[in-house]
Amino acid sequence: MIYKYDVIIVGGGIAGIVTALTAAENCHVAVVSKVHVTRSHSVAAQGGIAASLGNEEEDHWEWHMFDTVKGGDYLADQDIAEILAREAPAAIVMLEHMGVPFSRNKAGKIDQRRFGGHTRNFGEAPVKRACYASDRTGRAIMDALFDQCNANGVKVHNEVFIQKLLFAGNRCCGVAGYDIANSQPLVFQAKAVVLATGGCGKIFKTTSNGFASTGDGFALALDAGVPLEDMEFVQFHPTGIYGLGILVSEAARAEGGVLRNSDGERFMERYAPTLKDLAPRDIISRAILTEIRNGKGISGADYVHLDVRKIGKERLAQKLPEVTSFVKTYLGIDPSEKLIPVAPTCHYLMGGIPTNSEGHVLMDKSGTEAQGLFAVGECACVSVHGANRLGCNSLIDLVVFGRRVGVTVAAYAKKAVMPQPSAKTEDAMEKKIVSLFKPEGTQHVSSIRETLQQIMTTKCSVFRNQGDLQEALSEIRQLKKQYANVALANKANSFNYELEEALELGNMLKTAEAMVFSALQRKESRGAHYRSDFPERNDGEWLKHTLVYAALEGPIVLYKPVAVTWFKPQERRY
Amino acid sequence: MEVNFKIFRFNPETDETPHYTIFTVKASLTDRILDCLNKIRWEQDNSLSYRMSCAHGICGSDGVTINGSPALACQKLVKDYDYTKEILIEPLKFFPVIKDLIVDMEPFFERIKGISPEKTESPSASPDREHTQTPEERSMFDDAVKCIICACCVAACPVMLKEEPDFIGPAAVLRAQRHIFDSRVTDTEERMKILEEPHGIWSCKSYYRCTQVCPKGIKVTEAILKTKKKILQQLHPKKEQETER
Repeated sequence: MIYKYDVIIVGGGIAGIVTALTAAENCHVAVVSKVHVTRSHSVAAQGGIAASLGNEEEDHWEWHMFDTVKGGDYLADQDIAEILAREAPAAIVMLEHMGVPFSRNKAGKIDQRRFGGHTRNFGEAPVKRACYASDRTGRAIMDALFDQCNANGVKVHNEVFIQKLLFAGNRCCGVAGYDIANSQPLVFQAKAVVLATGGCGKIFKTTSNGFASTGDGFALALDAGVPLEDMEFVQFHPTGIYGLGILVSEAARAEGGVLRNSDGERFMERYAPTLKDLAPRDIISRAILTEIRNGKGISGADYVHLDVRKIGKERLAQKLPEVTSFVKTYLGIDPSEKLIPVAPTCHYLMGGIPTNSEGHVLMDKSGTEAQGLFAVGECACVSVHGANRLGCNSLIDLVVFGRRVGVTVAAYAKKAVMPQPSAKTEDAMEKKIVSLFKPEGTQHVSSIRETLQQIMTTKCSVFRNQGDLQEALSEIRQLKKQYANVALANKANSFNYELEEALELGNMLKTAEAMVFSALQRKESRGAHYRSDFPERNDGEWLKHTLVYAALEGPIVLYKPVAVTWFKPQERRY
Repeated sequence: MEVNFKIFRFNPETDETPHYTIFTVKASLTDRILDCLNKIRWEQDNSLSYRMSCAHGICGSDGVTINGSPALACQKLVKDYDYTKEILIEPLKFFPVIKDLIVDMEPFFERIKGISPEKTESPSASPDREHTQTPEERSMFDDAVKCIICACCVAACPVMLKEEPDFIGPAAVLRAQRHIFDSRVTDTEERMKILEEPHGIWSCKSYYRCTQVCPKGIKVTEAILKTKKKILQQLHPKKEQETER
């Protein structure tokens, strides 16, 4: 089956849908999504979306920009952080006009609350910058966007798994994949392709991410010779529900919750005297694990406590209803009375497919644009989050850059002619699928995947070192060999999730290799990338972005400079 | 601990009629039902099909029927059921089954689409500013905002299951309520008229099953009753007076 659109968007989370809605004003757009779009992982975003509206107290986009740059440990491109902070308020108004049911203050304006790393006057004290819809902000935004898609006739192909970017010469001219419902190959021919495939949390054992976050877009890019930028920077959210990894929003600390060790001590006062429990996530995750290493985990185990008791039952019900219900459902705990066991959980990837501010994918360190190929959202690295993303900066990134990419891609498609992908794409797609059913395979998808998640969790998470990373790299290569020999027992065409998970595993292995290799090269500690063997930030040698390419004999890395405009890198204290 | 699961199976490529398979899973009391399904698929039978995504009750993918009642597999734990007996897992009722626990949700999403006017009105606020909405106004539809469109309410609705399969169903009415009671929305009258079409809101007979099963604890029936009242007040003021007398 062949479809033709001006623009095809791969991924139906908030980034993909905002791009689609924006582009749809000027061209014929479709979204393809591996899960039904309202099941995308964007809906799991809880605490808020950052913009310097100043509805509660004085705030300025310059402060937001500074916090974003400092939060990213000065690796964020500052021209891009400026765009994010400047355009954030208008993006919130756009969402509000689309019907997003933001929580309100007494004056009837969008209410705002504090969030980690967001400060007044360049770091003085926390500021109320997070707009929110109780603690279901992502869900509320997604639902309003879904209504808009229906009202504006945006075409969505749900439950389609994309396997390949198609090129005519060096120009991207579509994507190919298959329909999960019946395994039929599908080809989407387009003048421009936008990747909005989200993250890759599932390569770790404990993650807040949903099952679909398997790094699919990263593998599509690497396979097409596109590099990935800053893949070593993975965010571990400090407060995942212990054992499960389900997120307890930073909003719990914004509303007054504090972290406590086995002595009952509010230990963040020692690590971040000014912002304390509202320090950025990389700092808090390291602090928690340091406490645990020093024997201050609860009952000697590998978790600490989140104490939200003083928020009180009523405010919890009002401001954090989802979190309260998760804790009740999964732990049987009433958080207004008891402490919540938490530990860091893999949450977000700062790195991704390199793009400029308009979403054009960049092929090299001099910024050569890939023709017809765009990326946006978590799968992209524009780079606005640098080495560590601040809470609430992800949702605003999706909307600000989704709008920009939507405008650009529509203009691009208007000028372009429909290119012809090479013949037999459908056959090639069928072959790829059939090849996984080969009878001689001996390896199982779930055991390779479990091993990978174990390796990444023990050797490439919050604390890293040369020896661990080297081991992880060779073990992942071993797994790739096993993967080449994987066997599928399920031969069905209809909703064959063994097939889907096998294809996802291939993407996870490629993503993990790129991540570990990038982490191995970066011999410094910056933001979320902490090397025990190189514990200091080293601006002299490492104030630069990593670009990792896939090659036959293994990955290759190159580096490109960071855009520094307003804020000279300083020591990062909170 | 070993727990037995009796699971509905149907493969459209090979089966003429559905059947059930029993699987024994090593599980703990706090395992999610979804964890057990995953253990079955990853360790025993790769061909078992069901949808899942977030695994913590916010995406709405994994609605299934557990021991006869619709629920999210990721939100229910083993200890929520009598695990000394077989736990029965079937697809959501009402919807056509495609494979195993997977049902065709398209008719459901079509109904959700159907409750919106063809073109929604442009916002009433100035383009560079948010609408003003007080916390009280916002609270008029707060419950409906919790909806994750998982369709559990539809699969429990006696009207849809037994009396009137064309009823647009509780989820669609709830979503309409969310807009009709939103002070920012100006085309509420048109939205109410859509609800009054055949198989619309008046087909609801307040069985309260939707409210009982809602994984997000939404008082669905109350929202529907509130909407009926508003329709009477605004579209049929005379009728409303008669009812009150």
